[in-house]
Amino acid sequence: MALISRDDVAHVARLARLDLTEAELDQFAGQLAAVLEHAADVAALDTAGVPPTAHPFELVNVLRDDVAGPCLDRDEVLAMAPAAEDGRFRVPRILGEAP
Amino acid sequence: MSAGEIARDVRAGVRSARDVVEEHLAAIAGREDELHAFNLVLVDEARATADEVDRRVAAGEDPGPLAGVPVALKDNLCTRGVPTTCSSRMLEGWRPPYDATVVTRLSRAGAVIVGKTNMDEFAMGSSTENSAFGPTRNPHDPSRVPGGSSGGSAAAVAAGFAALALGSDTGGSIRQPAALCGVVGVKPTYGLVSRYGVVAFASSLDQIGPLAANVADAALALEVIAGHDRADSTSIPRPAPALSDVLLDGVDGLRVGVVRELVDAVDPDVGRRLAEAAGALEAAGAKVDEVHLATASLGLSAYYLLATAEASSNLARYDGVRYGLRVDGDDITAMYGATRAAGFGAEVKRRIMLGTYALSAGYYDAYYGQAQRVRTLLIRDMEAAYASYDLLLAPTTPTTAFELGAKTADPLTMYLSDVCTIPSNLAGHPAMSVPYGVGDDGLPIGVQLLAPALGEATMFRAAAALEASLA
Amino acid sequence: MTEWEMVVGLEVHCELATATKLFCACPNAFGDEPNTNVCPVCLGLPGSLPVLNRHAVELAMRVGLALHCSVEPSIFHRKNYFYPDMPKDYQISQYDEPLNVGGRLDLPDGTRVGVTRAHLEEDTGKTTHVGGGGGRIHGADHSLVDYNRAGVPLVEIVSEPDIRSAEQAKAYVNELRAILVAIGASDARMEEGSLRIDANVSMRRAGAEVYGTRAEIKNLNSVRSLGRALEYEVRRQVGRLEAGEAVVQETRHWNEDEGRTSSMRSKEEAYDYRYFPEPDLVALAPSAEWLAGVRAVLPVLPSERRVDLARVAGVAETDAAVAAVVQQGLDGLVTAAVGAGADGRLALNRAANELAHATPPDAGAFAKVLRMEADGRLTATQAKGVLAELVSAGGDPEAIAAAKGFEALEGDVVAGAVDAAIAAHPGEWERYAGGEAKLAGFFVGKVMAATAGKADGKAVTALLRERLAGR
Repeated sequence: MALISRDDVAHVARLARLDLTEAELDQFAGQLAAVLEHAADVAALDTAGVPPTAHPFELVNVLRDDVAGPCLDRDEVLAMAPAAEDGRFRVPRILGEAP
Repeated sequence: MSAGEIARDVRAGVRSARDVVEEHLAAIAGREDELHAFNLVLVDEARATADEVDRRVAAGEDPGPLAGVPVALKDNLCTRGVPTTCSSRMLEGWRPPYDATVVTRLSRAGAVIVGKTNMDEFAMGSSTENSAFGPTRNPHDPSRVPGGSSGGSAAAVAAGFAALALGSDTGGSIRQPAALCGVVGVKPTYGLVSRYGVVAFASSLDQIGPLAANVADAALALEVIAGHDRADSTSIPRPAPALSDVLLDGVDGLRVGVVRELVDAVDPDVGRRLAEAAGALEAAGAKVDEVHLATASLGLSAYYLLATAEASSNLARYDGVRYGLRVDGDDITAMYGATRAAGFGAEVKRRIMLGTYALSAGYYDAYYGQAQRVRTLLIRDMEAAYASYDLLLAPTTPTTAFELGAKTADPLTMYLSDVCTIPSNLAGHPAMSVPYGVGDDGLPIGVQLLAPALGEATMFRAAAALEASLA
Repeated sequence: MTEWEMVVGLEVHCELATATKLFCACPNAFGDEPNTNVCPVCLGLPGSLPVLNRHAVELAMRVGLALHCSVEPSIFHRKNYFYPDMPKDYQISQYDEPLNVGGRLDLPDGTRVGVTRAHLEEDTGKTTHVGGGGGRIHGADHSLVDYNRAGVPLVEIVSEPDIRSAEQAKAYVNELRAILVAIGASDARMEEGSLRIDANVSMRRAGAEVYGTRAEIKNLNSVRSLGRALEYEVRRQVGRLEAGEAVVQETRHWNEDEGRTSSMRSKEEAYDYRYFPEPDLVALAPSAEWLAGVRAVLPVLPSERRVDLARVAGVAETDAAVAAVVQQGLDGLVTAAVGAGADGRLALNRAANELAHATPPDAGAFAKVLRMEADGRLTATQAKGVLAELVSAGGDPEAIAAAKGFEALEGDVVAGAVDAAIAAHPGEWERYAGGEAKLAGFFVGKVMAATAGKADGKAVTALLRERLAGR
């Protein structure tokens, strides 16, 4: 059973913003299929009535007071950036509005 | 010389921190080219810190419980102004503007940071071969891997480059290299040690812990780094546990369950050492019995879905906009794709792909959602075991250290070798690997102690007993 | 064919008026120098972790309580997508377990709009587009990002599709803004982007049960834009439907200058947000005590104030002047004036029309003016003049009226002027008597001219009727 097709891999690579080579697409299709096949036991398990666990340790209402603290120095912040202009981070042109 | 002895002598003014550091720097100079445990050795900084420790001692101050102790940090712990790479091209040259909480706590305790250790890229791997800067080699046999992903930290302690090291453990990344390098490695209870400033792999599984040459040093280090941190919402609001004081309490009357399914998963020589360890605990007064953990192998599959899903999101931020690598593109989407293609190695890409797939529309319920439910089942299974046992005993790894390149071609085989360590991460429970002899090939073998949440004190008692049984 | 009916649901994003951001201690401030209110957390630096702001949670609870929502245990999810204004390339938001669910908002005209949910999430940074496109995204050469706004707390308030006209939509937003300001949750300034609206619009035949396919309209930067965009969208959708074409489910961008909406999805991909629970945060579980504490600080809401005011003034709750007076915050003044003997209806009308955007006068003086008008000592025009003087310079109404020469004329002077006007214009009088009622205005004008505007228009009209009856 083909759990994940090459097209699926290409779609996932687009979602993950990874430009993969043709060779990588082929390689990952095979390797991911092998891992997913191993995970078939998980996918097939009857878990009706079993709640999901997202956190290993149950804490609630962890909050901080609304009191301002120090910020980073802008020069230090922008020195990390691959490109900066006019006090801001510079990026190549954006093709569409935010979703 | 142990970390405990160093700190005792430096605090007493019997030895200078500077001398201690020079000895370790000399050890590094002697073998680092061969082993490549470090991405960065902080020679000048270490000397300056040591001199400051000595100055404080001379002034009558107490620099703290780790006074003058050389410590190596896994290169996914943020250090202010000091490159923190996660062994990735993506972060090459990045200098964090802040320290991780554990780094701050080590410094306040008088520790001397000697360097940043090599690792599998973004902590993804079990051999330290997935480093963008080349693999680390096992000090016991340089043709072998040190394990991973905290392979550089384990090798640094095993080679005497540092008295202590910190690593991170998401699915065994402290315990497995500790076992393969013959040192002690501890994964604490989830939430016992702050994750603030630890570059995330899988947030609900990651924990920071010590690697040390002996159990007492590991206890000392954990006491320093553990305890509530307001900067980490998942930090348990309790003070650090007292561990050093309980090491000699013994195991008389403790109920220990040997996990059958994990014993079945390992090589015969590893199994023999485990049986000897069980015998030693029994001889020391523990009641040792066999216990079943039926969901252990399901846990492995669940782990690789959950960890990669969280990782796919945690690693989205490496996009070439704010810090780290950028490969230019005609538009932002092209820049993202090219940057991430160039910045991440094959294993990181593979896991991002798997995790993205597990979360994507149409597959969430079958993979991520199911894996979360399996996590629940595994936790129930382990809690049921802890109803009858104070501790579980299991192998740490299925084999001794393997040759470089032996498993790189087949990711699934590499993943399967984590079966013994993953249950504690999924449950958020503490576990530690303690060296227990060598295998047929003469290489170190570790045995693993598992405890329920916040069961560190009991776990360390048993670890000390095991260590004593070898003496 | 039956008429088309518009179906609208609104999503309102509101920045909360906290001192700091949602997950870090950076100031929540508008208009500061770019990238000065940033730290490792809101820049998404590796290793940083979010910690939730208690005040933001409590303001969001106030919003929920004010909208009659049930405040529920809730968790945060990650919404994953790549965009340069989002430092982590995921947004921390609430997904299937939001804080507030199932509320309502009653419009001043009595329409009830359901509130599906009101959840907490973090805002994004701001992008500026440079070169070529005149500041627009399309045609720009490159863009610049400022993260000061990234991580500012937002409440997203999602209405049910209960709105049926552009007027109702505008009234909903105005009422919601009034509530948000009243409860101290937000300054709700649309011009600064602290309140932002998306509209889901569809059309169906009046009386139809099922909804049509909806379009989501974004970039609505004022209440006026909302009204214009909805009117445009109705024309566009009806045009398509009547031409036998389908409405496409899509997101559309409102262009204020061109007065139209345009499709904004890049065609290459549908978004797949891969939501999953945020592992770096823990659940919110508001206790009864916590909720009671938040409820205790809630002020009287606009709808409750309208009910109170209508009762005091003796008019209907849906009276337009009631809504206006409450919106202007003059209900206290009107209530006091009525208490001091002023007529309710008159007080409402004068407050709504003469005191808008003015510093409210002393309630006693206001009441006195209204009594003078009701007693016929001031004409309507004169009363408005006195009020204007009272607001701008203060003083005693009697003295102001005297200074302006506003003594009401003796009744016989007015009657004389009326009789003179009738005598001077017999033709018009005959036509008035013959039923041409609008000629009353003609005679009032003549009397006003003869008395230099000092006659009371109402009194003149009454005299004209008397003369008519006495013919």
